[in-house]
Amino acid sequence: MYRYIISRILLVFPTLIGAAALVFLLMRLVPGDICLVRLGSGGTSFTQQALATCHAEIGIDRPWILQFFDFIWGMARLDFGKSMWSGKPVIMEIATRFPISLEVAIMATIIAVVIAIPLGTISALKQNTWIDLVVRTFSIAGLATPAFWLGIVSILIVLDVTQAVFGHPWMPPIDYVPLWQDPIRNLSIVMLPALTIGYRYAAVSMRMTRSAMLEVLREDYIRTARAKGLVRRLIINRHALKNALLPVVTVIGIEFAFLLGGLVVTEQVFNLNGIGRLMVLSVQNQDYTLTQALVMVVVTIAVLSNLVVDLFYAWLDPRIRLA
Amino acid sequence: MTIEVAPTTATTVPVLLDEQGRTVRGLWGVTITFLRRQPVGAIGMVLVLIFGLAGIFAAWIAPYNPTSNDFAAMTEAPSWAHWLGTDQLGRDLLSRILFGARTAFIVGMTSALVGGFSGLVIGVASAYFGGQLDLWLQRVLDIVMAFPLIIMALAVVSIFGTGVQNVIVAITIPLIPRCARIVRSSALAIREVPYVDAARALGYGHTRIIMHHMVPNVMGPFLVIITAFVGQAILAEAALSYLGLGVQEPVPAWGLMLQGGAEEYASTAPWIAIFPGLAIMLTVFGINLFGDALRDVLDPKMRDR
Repeated sequence: MYRYIISRILLVFPTLIGAAALVFLLMRLVPGDICLVRLGSGGTSFTQQALATCHAEIGIDRPWILQFFDFIWGMARLDFGKSMWSGKPVIMEIATRFPISLEVAIMATIIAVVIAIPLGTISALKQNTWIDLVVRTFSIAGLATPAFWLGIVSILIVLDVTQAVFGHPWMPPIDYVPLWQDPIRNLSIVMLPALTIGYRYAAVSMRMTRSAMLEVLREDYIRTARAKGLVRRLIINRHALKNALLPVVTVIGIEFAFLLGGLVVTEQVFNLNGIGRLMVLSVQNQDYTLTQALVMVVVTIAVLSNLVVDLFYAWLDPRIRLA
Repeated sequence: MTIEVAPTTATTVPVLLDEQGRTVRGLWGVTITFLRRQPVGAIGMVLVLIFGLAGIFAAWIAPYNPTSNDFAAMTEAPSWAHWLGTDQLGRDLLSRILFGARTAFIVGMTSALVGGFSGLVIGVASAYFGGQLDLWLQRVLDIVMAFPLIIMALAVVSIFGTGVQNVIVAITIPLIPRCARIVRSSALAIREVPYVDAARALGYGHTRIIMHHMVPNVMGPFLVIITAFVGQAILAEAALSYLGLGVQEPVPAWGLMLQGGAEEYASTAPWIAIFPGLAIMLTVFGINLFGDALRDVLDPKMRDR
């Protein structure tokens, strides 16, 4: 068990260093000189000296391999350099926007789990009935609906409904307050984006719950439980669901990383000042230091969430733990 | 983002059996049998065909020029003259959606096919040669897979810039490892099958064994992945274009139609926001229905699930 945990944790480092190398390489593929693009895009004239200062500032006047070590060393100390656009330290830019994104992501996960597990289970138990058909359609539609469109439509619905009910349209506030300061205001900001992302997330998990449940229900031990006259509810809760949840946990963990990708568009729709929106801004502004830092943050979260899933899986499944 | 393909057995040649259990051959026979056995998949196929044909014949069936402004007819509600209304620049929404279908399918199909075939080659080669090559390739794929699709696409766009071609590149790259991973696991099972040993014993070259003995046997899961990829690529293109980092004006694209105007005019002219989104949703919905049916047919183990 400990051996597995340690080797699994150690595997995180080569993956992260590899990802860092990839990001580093990609950012060096930018056609032409980053500084020329930077200085030229403002439409202002610049001196040779400004160019040299810019080079020195980003450190691209040094050999590649040194630059890479700097990048890795900086990452280890959470020092990603300064934003090329705002001039502020990248880590500050990210830290101020991180809480809201994290909160939306966690809320979306909760929403997804609350919707997916019961609906997926019911769908499997009532296989090939109209309930099953409705649930499956709902989940396939979830995979097909673009999150940003769902966001726009939900804003539209909120506007129309509040107009009809209160006589004036109401929009969720956009300036973020932490949950513990003003829970109602906080939730009114976070709820719609979380629902928007959560729907797709729920759809994926629902499909997994259904298919895992169907597979488990055909197992011999379920038949045995039924044959010895166990109550149906106990069979489902204690025997079936417990085993069916293993693959569902995996999907939820893997999808968590993609949730962060979903944040990019959803934050744009709802004007949330999170890291997703920051990423779009950084790409638009050709702020390469910020872009590479943000990509690394997202990748790190993805790698860590995979780690958590694997460890959790090992804890749940004795076959892995004892192997 | 998960593609559910069962761990395959050694026989995954896409064969279609009719009700009597006979193997169906020929494109027409296969299509008819598929439609009869998978009515839900048939609905999906019809949806995809409608939007696909709309894209191909957009130039002939679109009532207006999709890029010409008409300032006398801005944000007009749906009417006989403009079936789906007009946008904030007076452009006909129906015409833009028809031409948008063309953009969506060009990006979706190209990314899926190029990404899929690259993944197929890498996956099969990785499984066939095994050893150190397999080990290293798997590590590299692990790393690329750690990037969520849209994040990878954004990183690529930030380097190469926007526009249709760059968007295709940006979406293709993250699809490659996802395909390679699934193809590899199917190919690993096939590598152990006696006929591959037999082919090797007969002295066939690697290329011949890979192309004639391995590739045809991973076609089942491969076709299912490719179908799923088309949907994912269309969604990714829409998202990038919506962010202003994908297809650029004046090219009509669904995601682009939802950018800017759609939110501003949402309450006064909701049709601007609703119809392009519906187009994306119906197309991807159709592709997913079709893909599920295809998986059920090609992969009997997954049937009834």
